[in-house]
Amino acid sequence: MTATEPKPRIGVVVFPGSNDDRDAAHALAGLGAEPAPVWHAEAALPEVAAIVLPGGFSYGDYLRCGAIARFAPVMDAVSKFAAEGGLVLGICNGFQVLCEAGLLPGTLRPNASLSFVCRDVALRVERADTPFTSRCEPGQRLTIPVKHGEGCYFADEVLLAELEAAGQIALRYEENPNGSTADVAGVVNEAGNVFGLMPHPEHAVDPLLGSSDGALVLGSLVESARARLLAAA
Amino acid sequence: MLVRPKPGILDPQGEAVQSSLRQLGFAVEDTRIGKVVDLELRVDDPERARAELERMCEQLLANPLIESFEITVSPE
Repeated sequence: MTATEPKPRIGVVVFPGSNDDRDAAHALAGLGAEPAPVWHAEAALPEVAAIVLPGGFSYGDYLRCGAIARFAPVMDAVSKFAAEGGLVLGICNGFQVLCEAGLLPGTLRPNASLSFVCRDVALRVERADTPFTSRCEPGQRLTIPVKHGEGCYFADEVLLAELEAAGQIALRYEENPNGSTADVAGVVNEAGNVFGLMPHPEHAVDPLLGSSDGALVLGSLVESARARLLAAA
Repeated sequence: MLVRPKPGILDPQGEAVQSSLRQLGFAVEDTRIGKVVDLELRVDDPERARAELERMCEQLLANPLIESFEITVSPE
């Protein structure tokens, strides 16, 4: 990035119980974006080039993970933003919220192992042509940590066949940590502007943390958001 | 309302409880765990109450991808 390139403003939604919002903001800032926290009770979004729904335990994960958060006032604005083609990234709990909100297909269930998993996992990039993976190579192997108790992606046979046919499975686990259907780690919507994944790219943006592969995902988002900003200008 | 995992959906919680029941010596063949939601409505017509409860299940209380629900209405 050169000094003349604009910093895209990226909103990070904060629900009661979000706990990775500041990590996400820190990572985005380090990758050349201007993060802007967005409180869940806001009915409108500020002027942003993209939105991130961070990890955590929104509303205590009551009923089902993400089930209550999808009714937060800000989610109407996020749905509208997504419908207009805005870039939306959901990480972990954010992925669960996007599924509950119907912005992404499928749902996340308790891990098949019954255990909370918290460790680095190896992922395979299936789609490098999305706004969230454009800095990756097709088939590239990424190391990014997961930390979740309910990350078992579920889609029935009909839905899975649709996702496979449409190429919506953007990331897969090389070694499945939670029992997800077809090793799904991350899914894009049909239009390609909404992406959810269980692994935490914001925790892997510095070699000191064991891996900086997460920067490829978040860096793709920042770059795509910047491109949209320039195109709109 | 009774909300439970649909047949064929993996229920790890049920499996964990089943293995504990077996350790206690009960010959349990299958265990599925759902949840019960009890609520009170001030509605005169039980059929209207049932229709409203159905909408609640469809919109929030159950995830239709993985869960089914049953409704019981008991007038006070």
